[in-house]
Amino acid sequence: MNTADHRALPKPFQYVLLVLISALACGLGYAVLSLPDQAIELKGLVEANLEASGVRNPVTAVLLNFRAYDTLLEMAVLLLALIGVWSLGATPMRRGADPGPVLSALVHGLVPMMILVAGYLLWAGAHAPGGAFQAGAVLAASGVLLLLTGKRLTARLTGRPLRIALLAGLGAFITIGVIVMPAGGMFLQYPPSHADGLILFIEATATLSIGAILTALFLGGRTVSGGER
Amino acid sequence: METITLLERVFDGLLMLTLLWLAWRALQSPDLFKAVVLFIAFGLTMALVWVRLQAPDIALAEAAIGAGLTGALLLKALAQSNELADRVSDDHTTDTGDTHEHR
Amino acid sequence: MFFALYALTGIGLFVLGLYSLIVQAHLIRKIIALNIMGSGVFLVLVGLGGRTSSAVPDPVPQAMVLTGIVVAIAATALALTLILRVQAETGRTDLPEHTSEH
Repeated sequence: MNTADHRALPKPFQYVLLVLISALACGLGYAVLSLPDQAIELKGLVEANLEASGVRNPVTAVLLNFRAYDTLLEMAVLLLALIGVWSLGATPMRRGADPGPVLSALVHGLVPMMILVAGYLLWAGAHAPGGAFQAGAVLAASGVLLLLTGKRLTARLTGRPLRIALLAGLGAFITIGVIVMPAGGMFLQYPPSHADGLILFIEATATLSIGAILTALFLGGRTVSGGER
Repeated sequence: METITLLERVFDGLLMLTLLWLAWRALQSPDLFKAVVLFIAFGLTMALVWVRLQAPDIALAEAAIGAGLTGALLLKALAQSNELADRVSDDHTTDTGDTHEHR
Repeated sequence: MFFALYALTGIGLFVLGLYSLIVQAHLIRKIIALNIMGSGVFLVLVGLGGRTSSAVPDPVPQAMVLTGIVVAIAATALALTLILRVQAETGRTDLPEHTSEH
């Protein structure tokens, strides 16, 4: 199953494909090179409004404030992918792999540190490179490590608490977006005085949710609540 | 100063060539496991490229998500695919109909 | 010009991925090819975002690429689970050739 199994594309088709692909590459390259040297940039707008956004990292400001709606939709896309994966079947049977002593010791040492690193990345996202997605990814990596050593959530936690953790990010985002409407006006228009606290709260819940969603995506199946796993 | 710029240019050129070469080897490797491992290496090289493009946030995300989590997902899918294939071939070679795993 | 070179590398990655997507039969290889195409597109986005007046690059394409990376892994996870289901149901890891029935 792993050997090279190119579809037996006939030779003339392969050459035609190569020619077409090369033409596409040349066209795209010409398009890129013919663009003007100075772009119509939004960087000036971002820099001008950076103080009012509540954070000092311009990428975080764009993600969580100026284009917050895109980030909200992205959390919804993550949830949709998880719903798709969950609808395809229950958790595959555990193969009973026994993690060796090295892996167990490594996981015991690494997972707490990774949680700390995730917390730092979340906090540092306001003024340095970092943010909710990076922190959530490190949390998910620690979750994947735990899954690989055979640990699973106890049955009590796989029902409602798991669902709450998965939905917390999107729920907090929408809730805050609605709450600020009487004060500011539009959905997700944070008042500039409270923007930093709101962004931190949204990022914290988003970190938890992203970590949980990515770990659940790795597990690949619907967790059976109340069962023996 | 000229030597530093020249070194930077050489480094960037090497990075770009490594990126393209890793991608090509990952896509054309006959062994799927080697292809996935090369893809993880490709993701890590992409993280270096993001640092060179002054995008440290993307570098963090690419290293963790693009290389790490996607690589883990691919390896897990590969392992489960192999197990499914082995199970099917076991069913075909044994006469009994049960799928009792004896490994 | 420096950023434009990286954009050209992105185009190269996109084209490599596209060729492999068409030629390779194994579904997991197609997913790897799609991921490489995505990385190529992200390179083009950020590479073109470096055309700024000062040395600091544009943060808006960077935020878009960050979103793109997360969406790419979500799609990859769903695609891999689908591939495993297809293999469990039909026993093969490539799509069947178009037959004349239905």
